[in-house]
Amino acid sequence: MDFAFLSSIFTQLLKGLPLTLNLGVLALVGGFCLSLILNLMRTTRVGNALASAYVFVFRGTPLLIQIFMIYYGLAGFGFIRHGFLWPFLREPYWCGLLALILNDAAYTSEILRGGLRAVPRGAVEAGRVSGMTRLTVMRRITLPIAVRQALPAYSNEVISILKSTALVSTITLMEVTGIARAAASETWRAVEIFLCAAAIYLALSLVVTRLSAWAERRLSPWQFGETP
Amino acid sequence: MKITRSTFLRMGLAAIAGLAVAPATALAQGRKKYVFATEGAFPPFNMTRPNGELYGFELDMLAEIAKRADFDYEVISQAWDGMIQGLIDGKYNAVVDSVSVTEKRLEVVDFSLPYTTGGSTFVVLKESGVELSGTGAFVDLDDTKATDAAITAIAGVLDGKTVGVHVSTIQADFLNKYLADKGVTIRTYQTGPEVYQDLLNGRLDAGIASVTNISAFLEKNTETAKATGPSFTGGVMGRGSAFVVQKGDAELAGLLSKALKSMSDDGTLVELSKKWFGMVVTPAL
Repeated sequence: MDFAFLSSIFTQLLKGLPLTLNLGVLALVGGFCLSLILNLMRTTRVGNALASAYVFVFRGTPLLIQIFMIYYGLAGFGFIRHGFLWPFLREPYWCGLLALILNDAAYTSEILRGGLRAVPRGAVEAGRVSGMTRLTVMRRITLPIAVRQALPAYSNEVISILKSTALVSTITLMEVTGIARAAASETWRAVEIFLCAAAIYLALSLVVTRLSAWAERRLSPWQFGETP
Repeated sequence: MKITRSTFLRMGLAAIAGLAVAPATALAQGRKKYVFATEGAFPPFNMTRPNGELYGFELDMLAEIAKRADFDYEVISQAWDGMIQGLIDGKYNAVVDSVSVTEKRLEVVDFSLPYTTGGSTFVVLKESGVELSGTGAFVDLDDTKATDAAITAIAGVLDGKTVGVHVSTIQADFLNKYLADKGVTIRTYQTGPEVYQDLLNGRLDAGIASVTNISAFLEKNTETAKATGPSFTGGVMGRGSAFVVQKGDAELAGLLSKALKSMSDDGTLVELSKKWFGMVVTPAL
């Protein structure tokens, strides 16, 4: 093993980390907001149908194809290229982020739906009886319980999205994988380079795993014998 | 026939025996067989038909070379990034993908005689209004004075603009060496056609590629796009493109070079060049 080369590659790859984190975090934030909206839509009949159709499409197709459709597909239409959104869609960054948000929202909304369905009806009724408005019940009872229930599944999704950011390297974004691919075709030392890249992703998912375990502990003290 | 465990085993043994015999019969014929890798996506050098069949200038040339040098061959398609690594690892005997001869590559692989003379230039959309000086002229990158003048002129126009290039090519080296620090944003793509796609989509202000590759693109897009700026040769742009063989494989390099020389001598190479490029891009060997 050539340690001088490894460390030089490692520092080179770390330059892509800000973009990887930027894409991952913004995709999760955007995806979570969109998934809340999707779940609110599920309270009406038409909205429910729309939300299921959305989830069906975005969960049923590969993220890579979604990225290509947004990046190359949309640009093929003249009206989009001359439309008001083009300053955004022209940039690979916004195309990649958009694809990640849309994809993440489909998965997160299903995770959140599972959490919401696990909220005991009695708890909600008790809140209503005590005179809380629907919004307060949502804020104080439904969401906290739902989020706690969904947390283990959601931490999976967080890790999955952080790794999925690697796919935007196909549309010229130079995040960790993008830099790794360019370096590999430059130096032809694929093994060392991709090992370094994998180590970076591994470290990221370790942090996420730890954080979610900590959050689980905090949110259910009765299970872990701690006093709140 | 009822399939029992013993018939199954016997069939397996027969299959293994068949596999063992096949290479032996090939050897008995006394002809060498070589495997060539190409990209199948670099018009008009090598392209892929919808049914997966490879065709193009290099495929025609290779067929003629195989006839003259009397060997069997097979061409497989392979992605450009990793193609040279695959050759070093011995997955195939040679690469035929318009690979330019450069000092950097000579450190790890060997080349045959070159079959094109090289030269790279810029391509832009007509509606973009980007215009580089020196169109049609040649600039030798080994000539520092001429290079500096040409680069200064180009950098002035491309400052703040985005230029697309195929990853880890001589053109990418050229951009990184001469234009990266002059306000030009360089965007690298995994394949050549993606550069043109994004140029047409309006995401790139300019692209850079070999003159031959650009002329193939312009053939289909005369209305919308044009080549601009001088042709750069020498220096990082290398010394034309050639077959790539494993380091020290003098036998195959010799076979290929000898056949290329004879094709150059009797005019076959020039004819092929005219057929595929509409002009002479091949050197006199």
